[in-house]
Amino acid sequence: MNEQNMDGRDVVITGIGMVSALGVGAQQNWDNFSSGAAPVFDSEKFSPYTVHPLPEIDWAEQISRRDQRQMEAWQRIGTYTAGLALDDAGLKDSLEFTSTMDMIVAAAGGERDVDVDTMILAEASKGETDTSIIVNEKLTTELRPTLFLAQLSNLLAGNISIVHKVTGSSRTFMGEEGAGISAVRTAAARIRSGQSTHALVGASFNAEHPDMLLGYEIEHHLKRDGWTSVWQREDSDGGGLITGSGGTFLVLESRSHAEARGARIYATLESVEADQGKSDQTATAERLSGISSATKLANASYIISAASGAKQRTEIEKEFLNSSLKAVPVRGVASAVGHMREVQFPFAIALAALSLHHEKPIEQMDSRFEVAISQKPERVGVLSLGYEDAEGAAFLTPANGGKA
Amino acid sequence: MSKFTDKNGRPIIAITGVGVVSSLGRGKKDNWDKLTSGVSGIHKITRFPQDHLRTTIAGTVDFMTAPEEGSAALTYTLAEAAAIEAIDEAGISTSDFGGQLFLAAPPVELEWQHRFQLNAEGAELTPSVQSYDRLLLAAKSSKHPSFSASVKFAATARRLQDRIGSRGLPVTLSTACASGATAIQTGVEALRRGETDRAIAIGTDGSVTAEALIRFSLLSALSTQNDEPEKASKPFSKDRDGFIMAEGAGALVLETLEAATARGAKILGIMEGCGECADDFHRTRSKPDGSPAIAAVLAALDDAGVTPDEIDYINAHGTSTPENDKMECMSLTSIFGHRLGGTPISSNKSMIGHTLTAAGAIEAVFSLLTIRNGVLPPTINYLNPDPALEVDAVPNEKRDADVKRVLSNSFGFGGQNACLVIGREPA
Repeated sequence: MNEQNMDGRDVVITGIGMVSALGVGAQQNWDNFSSGAAPVFDSEKFSPYTVHPLPEIDWAEQISRRDQRQMEAWQRIGTYTAGLALDDAGLKDSLEFTSTMDMIVAAAGGERDVDVDTMILAEASKGETDTSIIVNEKLTTELRPTLFLAQLSNLLAGNISIVHKVTGSSRTFMGEEGAGISAVRTAAARIRSGQSTHALVGASFNAEHPDMLLGYEIEHHLKRDGWTSVWQREDSDGGGLITGSGGTFLVLESRSHAEARGARIYATLESVEADQGKSDQTATAERLSGISSATKLANASYIISAASGAKQRTEIEKEFLNSSLKAVPVRGVASAVGHMREVQFPFAIALAALSLHHEKPIEQMDSRFEVAISQKPERVGVLSLGYEDAEGAAFLTPANGGKA
Repeated sequence: MSKFTDKNGRPIIAITGVGVVSSLGRGKKDNWDKLTSGVSGIHKITRFPQDHLRTTIAGTVDFMTAPEEGSAALTYTLAEAAAIEAIDEAGISTSDFGGQLFLAAPPVELEWQHRFQLNAEGAELTPSVQSYDRLLLAAKSSKHPSFSASVKFAATARRLQDRIGSRGLPVTLSTACASGATAIQTGVEALRRGETDRAIAIGTDGSVTAEALIRFSLLSALSTQNDEPEKASKPFSKDRDGFIMAEGAGALVLETLEAATARGAKILGIMEGCGECADDFHRTRSKPDGSPAIAAVLAALDDAGVTPDEIDYINAHGTSTPENDKMECMSLTSIFGHRLGGTPISSNKSMIGHTLTAAGAIEAVFSLLTIRNGVLPPTINYLNPDPALEVDAVPNEKRDADVKRVLSNSFGFGGQNACLVIGREPA
């Protein structure tokens, strides 16, 4: 069934929620990306590391104050963004649709309580007490009981169920960029095969937390010398990652489901492919060739790349693009908003859909690697290499599937 | 409808190999012998000091890795052992499995021993800098590759992929205490879509740390009946007071019946149906009318194309918390009728505790063994039945029974409900 292109079961994108350093909502993000707005970043707050910060958000637009208190930042970002996507799809508060809507969220874990951890580390530094006993005592007395739920991976999805009443199903995928790739791929494959009719899929990430930076710096992944575009990080001090806060949620539907309810269709998600394997250049390039031919990236008007900037992986990607997809222009969108981990792939998909919808390409962010595009995009490819593991590719066509 | 497709024309999914590790032991034989003898794996915690803790017992697995290796290492090792046992039983290469991996694993986090080490290293660099700035400074000054499995959520699946030779991008997932069942469901769906001929679904959890225990304790989810550890987990009993954290892993090799038959594999059972439904009521409590749990059970029965009276035994979620057991019995009663229409139900957790992320997979393995051995494992510690829960809990001793089909339930924090229907292999 999956190999056939059954029109009614085409996967279409009908709702987009986005938050990034470049704005709140699909429209603001699109306006900035299509007009070549300068990247927004902060190199002071977590110096020597640069982060792309969250824009100002009025959470109450999507989440009651009572519910806000139950969430750490990444859950708030995600729940807020999911609300934007449902609003955008015209499905907000439409219980008939949300109660049967499937959901796949890509998530890691939440932020720790820095004050409590600091207390424990300070006590341990005195060297007077067994560190395990300090942990027991401080955590037992100082931790906010409900913090655990605000940190738990699947509770972003849980909060979306509670706040937005999405209850058809709820699955949380974990594993950095690969989780975002698998989430979109699985949601689309389920719709294409008739296992689902409509789904909410996405992720969120809060970069502005020392614990999140620490996770990357353990293996020296973070760039330490300010901002450059993702394509110009091979000589950076430290690693090549500049992280960013944000989120993306997409409403995917079968074409027949979307048409039956008269939904506005942004674009058709023709195919999504994923792979993972040995990390050397030859094996990686082979896999990239595989997912790239399976999704027909060579036929794209241009490719939106979710390149992380990680030195080794981004060099492999550049080499692949230069050798195998030379004729296809590319845009590395993390230059503008940072590496948003699980959000990378859904974010690039959202921009691809918006680009087809608005019949305009994303503006160049780095003229040394990205060439100008003069024609309106007819087909947009998406490519994502995780900073260490996982590769994903997708191919999108206009709302009508490119058929006149 | 061929012999390889179900009533809906979808490929039938066969189980061709299973593996398990729990606090009762390593491997199917050890586990099944003890599970049917009513042996408890719950004991006093020795992995870390118990000072200041309200709960001091758990079903930790202490025979696989050294405590100082930490939870990421144990989580991997448990998964690997279960996976190898399952793949081996399926008669497939344990280094070139060739199908996709669906892994239910606990969220990772830098472990306290890592933070203390970074804190000490940072203190030597610049004693004046405190807290996370110091940790970041220590991380920046030298690489710590041995910590990476604790900060990368994809690490366990990546390592398993390299070990067993799975194909494609593995899916790691978490639906809290329903994760193991969700991994199986996600694998079944991929097989039905024809994306792969075989898949391995693994649920693993080696995350009993002081912090994890304290977190559940602060939510009042754990039993505090520390004095007699083996008697603390008492699902469906009147004096049940919380679950017991535990560790383990379960693994199932799933194949389309057609592919399994073609390669001459022994069919152990059929994964007939999977169902899920999310709850929007509360972060830790279920909707008072039980409707999401009911919907999940009904979805699984519907997916399997069977009616409640075709279920011979229910492998309960049965955590031994006041809330879960009440809600589970109430939901099942609305489907199966008074006293569940005589359908026996027992909780493996009375013996192995709540293996959290792994539970759905481990209990699916035990459900299959129940069918294959014709023996219902008991609910132990059932000495003071809760009169409000009218069930045949297979009290305290195993029972012989002809079991053709099992319903296995998994419910989790965050409104997660996932159910599986597992059936006997076709004649």
